[in-house]
Amino acid sequence: MASELFSVLVEVRLRQGIADPQGATIERALPALGLTGVTGVRAGKAFRFDIAAADDADALAQATVVADRLLANPVIEESSVTVSPAKQVV
Amino acid sequence: MALRIGVVIFPGTNCEHDAMLAVQRLGASAELVWHGDGSVAGFDALILPGGFAHGDYLRPGAIARFSPVMEAVTRFAAEGGPVVGICNGFQVLTEAGLLPGALQKNRGLRFLCTTTTVRVETDRSVLTSGVPIGTELRIPINHFEGNYTCDPDTLAMLRAEDRVVLRYVENPNGSIDDIAGVCNAARNVVGLMPHPERASDPLLGSVDGTVLLTALLTSVATPATATVA
Repeated sequence: MASELFSVLVEVRLRQGIADPQGATIERALPALGLTGVTGVRAGKAFRFDIAAADDADALAQATVVADRLLANPVIEESSVTVSPAKQVV
Repeated sequence: MALRIGVVIFPGTNCEHDAMLAVQRLGASAELVWHGDGSVAGFDALILPGGFAHGDYLRPGAIARFSPVMEAVTRFAAEGGPVVGICNGFQVLTEAGLLPGALQKNRGLRFLCTTTTVRVETDRSVLTSGVPIGTELRIPINHFEGNYTCDPDTLAMLRAEDRVVLRYVENPNGSIDDIAGVCNAARNVVGLMPHPERASDPLLGSVDGTVLLTALLTSVATPATATVA
């Protein structure tokens, strides 16, 4: 059965209200670059991978499982999933 | 007959021999259980010791959750078997869903390696059974991700159900409500960031960890004697 290859980007970040000492530390460093207007820095992680799937809905469903069950800890993190076509495979 | 304690190791675990020695010196026998094993049959209690299971990749405990042994640990816990997670072991237990909450990076992004004083908050857990509430113990911590957190509903539940096992007297890492250790609803699964096995000999500067480990061994042994009585 033919399937398509999809590129997936999963972004994981701390939930609102969860302290983000890494983001705060980055923000405090920015005035040294002369940038005093940068606020609300939040640090996170990004994951890229490919999924062979029947269509983009299938790819999104699979990628969401990866994000929800492994890449993010729902106690402290939330994630967003972006799927785009990659290239054709047999 | 000596109690049999299983000490579960993952690639990257590094406190297993300390944990084994500490319980052996209290009269128990201890054996290593490899993370790829699918059985924990025959053990009276399990310890998940500290370290960096699977390199702490992704998040501490995140990959360890999928190790085959965790299915066996989960069954063991569901059947009432005592399970104690120390430091990284605590992180593994939260990721595996055996304990609520999560351990995030310490407040101020500080790696902490120091002796803390913790207060026993309940005597209704396998790790504190028989230990007077309010007992203060000097036990080392050694972690970067020990900042316990959970949502407000979970915190309210933990407090209402008397499931905060240990609190820091002086909060070192930003943990919500000064929490150093919690237990599950059945009180047979306990996770704590401090290392009781590192406070088990006068040479180490404190023997207070033996209070908890003795309580564990006693509570393991007690059900058998209770049925006789």
